[in-house]
Amino acid sequence: MPDFIKKIQLQKLLAFGVLVLLYITFAIFGRNFFSPDMALVILASAYWIGFLAIGVTFVIITGGIDLSLGTSMICSAIIGGMLFRDFSLPLWLCLIIVVLIATVIGIINGLLVTRLKLPPFIATLGMMMVTRGFGSIITGTTAKTYPSLLDETAWFAKVFLRNGSFPTGLIWLIVYFIIALIILNKTKLGRYIFAIGSNEEAVRLSGINVANWKCAAYAISGFSVGLGAIFFAALSTTINPGTGNGFELEAIAGVIIGGTSLAGGVGSLSGTMIGVFIMAVLKTGLSSMSLPAPFQLFFTGVIVLLAVWLDMYRVKKANEVKKIKG
Amino acid sequence: MDESVTVDYVLEMNNIEKRFQGVHALKSCSINLKRAEVLALVGENGAGKSTIMKVLTGIYQADSGDITYFGEKAIFKSPRDAQNAGISIVHQELNLMGHLTVAQNIFIGRECKGFFLDEKGLEKRTNELFKRMNISSINPRSRVMDLTVGKQQIVEIAKAISYDAKVIVFDEPTATLTDTETDVLFKLIEELKQKGVSMIYISHRMDEIKRISDRVTVLRDGEFVGTRDTDKVEIDEIIQMMIGRITYEQPKESSHVPADAPVVLKVEGLSSKDVENVSFELRKGEILGFAGLMGAGRTEIARLIFGADKKTGGNVYINGEQITINSPRDAVRYGIGYLSEDRKRYGCVLGMRVADNIVLASLKNYVKGLFLNEKKITEDSLEYKDKIDIRTPTVNQLLKNLSGGNQQKTIIAKWLVKNCDILIFDEPTRGIDVGAKSEIYKLMNALANEGKSIIMISSELPEIFRMSDRILVMSSGTQTATLPIEEADQHTVMKYAVQYSHVVSADAEM
Repeated sequence: MPDFIKKIQLQKLLAFGVLVLLYITFAIFGRNFFSPDMALVILASAYWIGFLAIGVTFVIITGGIDLSLGTSMICSAIIGGMLFRDFSLPLWLCLIIVVLIATVIGIINGLLVTRLKLPPFIATLGMMMVTRGFGSIITGTTAKTYPSLLDETAWFAKVFLRNGSFPTGLIWLIVYFIIALIILNKTKLGRYIFAIGSNEEAVRLSGINVANWKCAAYAISGFSVGLGAIFFAALSTTINPGTGNGFELEAIAGVIIGGTSLAGGVGSLSGTMIGVFIMAVLKTGLSSMSLPAPFQLFFTGVIVLLAVWLDMYRVKKANEVKKIKG
Repeated sequence: MDESVTVDYVLEMNNIEKRFQGVHALKSCSINLKRAEVLALVGENGAGKSTIMKVLTGIYQADSGDITYFGEKAIFKSPRDAQNAGISIVHQELNLMGHLTVAQNIFIGRECKGFFLDEKGLEKRTNELFKRMNISSINPRSRVMDLTVGKQQIVEIAKAISYDAKVIVFDEPTATLTDTETDVLFKLIEELKQKGVSMIYISHRMDEIKRISDRVTVLRDGEFVGTRDTDKVEIDEIIQMMIGRITYEQPKESSHVPADAPVVLKVEGLSSKDVENVSFELRKGEILGFAGLMGAGRTEIARLIFGADKKTGGNVYINGEQITINSPRDAVRYGIGYLSEDRKRYGCVLGMRVADNIVLASLKNYVKGLFLNEKKITEDSLEYKDKIDIRTPTVNQLLKNLSGGNQQKTIIAKWLVKNCDILIFDEPTRGIDVGAKSEIYKLMNALANEGKSIIMISSELPEIFRMSDRILVMSSGTQTATLPIEEADQHTVMKYAVQYSHVVSADAEM
């Protein structure tokens, strides 16, 4: 056990080191990067990625993947916006509906994977396109807006983004992180999620209903996407139809950087949080250095490749140890 | 029902029948088990041992037949059903979750006290369980993936016991264990017996069966053959019961190879992590049969010669010249063709035309400039279609539309086009119906007569005897015998195949 724990901690430590290093680098080279205002900007961009990443960590630990995160976030947010603007439903009700829609999409993902036995990659790739199209169809391909800090319903942005210079969104993210941490590490659901990722057949032969628990992981991912949608709406206020592609990769990249293995069975939410903040710092930092968006894409890609390579290397090493001992 | 009979037995399985897509895996298979006994379950590969145990433990459902458990009719619909009734199985392949701890593995499915996990309780229960089993060398908090295979096996057994099992099934538990680990296991089985647990022990190793079992039940071709008391039966009799089938095949009487035929392939002291010190010679026009039970290391030898796995020692000579083969590509260059036992996965491309499959390995001879020479591909594949009689209306037919036998012939054609002189057939007639089988045999004989040399790996003894000029027998990764066909009979071969050699294997030092 000590070796194993050391290896996980090593990657987390490494990720944390990268986070600090990135922050210092941008503080030195970026314009106005090292300032309270900029800290707020970094945090604000971390919220929605954070919720998505926490949710998909559950799925990735089972050995699955969810590629529909980004588009289903936009799909549920844009439908919520439509209900708010065009049907004048109260905002709180719209937000609940947003979370419900995303949860249902998550459950559909889970059913595709467990009942129709589609490979997670294909199932969620399909749902990525379905949700992207669906949001546009429902809203007639028009953008929907949420109230900003200057609007009369400013409580929305105050509650979910910031109140003056106080980052209220951070409180929500921390609370959700703690709840997720408890579910993943202290409940039966969490134990089965790790167990399924480690050896699904063994879990099945232990008399446990693998399909239901796996489905639950996708439902959690969907629910988290719904929450992410609220924070994304608070941040960007305008939701454009047909967008959301690529957002899932920012979240998944955060998860992988944090040391969760794509092979399943290994992962940690604290690692995911570090990964999320790396993504947020990178995003904000590169633009503070006046580097355009393609640079951000480029560097994100490089970091993901490094993280995946490290993951593969770790799995390979672990197997070698097993062989020598066996 | 006569009461005295039912009281005697903890478990009775009567006339169990099970079919898988046309394969009759179990036909009227019966087993009974007494209280506090170890019943050894033996039989050749495919005799139905594992299948009937999967029926017992709720993984498969029987098509017909009934199970009586403690005097009452029982149906186990799922592994959980069987567990709740007190029946556990220790699987052949370790079925553990490597990333979880020992305690978490043992009590998977039973980890909660209220809503939250009860880690402390799990560890306490594991410690109690280990104390009961007299095990002190395993820490309940260790990750299972960090343990040796032997200790993992003990965790698996502990898991089985933890369900308060009244019946435990061991499916070849010692296949991966060292001798010391095996001793620990046997002591454990002895203690369980003292406590009144009944056990079914599946194994190929006769010495083990003699050592720990009370009775032996033999299965053959999915049927019950007989049960004997272990201390009253000779190993020879058990072997006779295992193989005592009617022989449909006419065995080869004597070798067809002329005495002065040159040696084309010579293997000397071939070793790897799976096999130990294998040596043999293959002559021009000879068919050398590799006999042995599943997992004896036959396929592993083929893969070593073919360069698909790494060898740790030994030399290979072709036509007297020492050669190095590092990859299948090298092997093919030296004229060695390998026909995998898993045809569909490794042998052919089902979605492509017969013609494409035939020329697949020699494609570079079929290029004209940048393009494929379709005319030559069609001509040559037609030639081989006629030569070895591949039954297809046209060579443009997709391979998946052909029968298993004709698919196999197509793969043979592939290696013939490549001009291979040494062909390794791994279970050449697996999944092929009886009629097509004899055609494959005919073809193999024709190839041998033409001067090709053949290694044939087969788990079916009649096939070995019908085809081979000589027979090499493997057991547990070691070569136990090499017999000319004139001196071999089924009984002798089976004896060598179940002979568990105590040669120290690679993982001896735990």
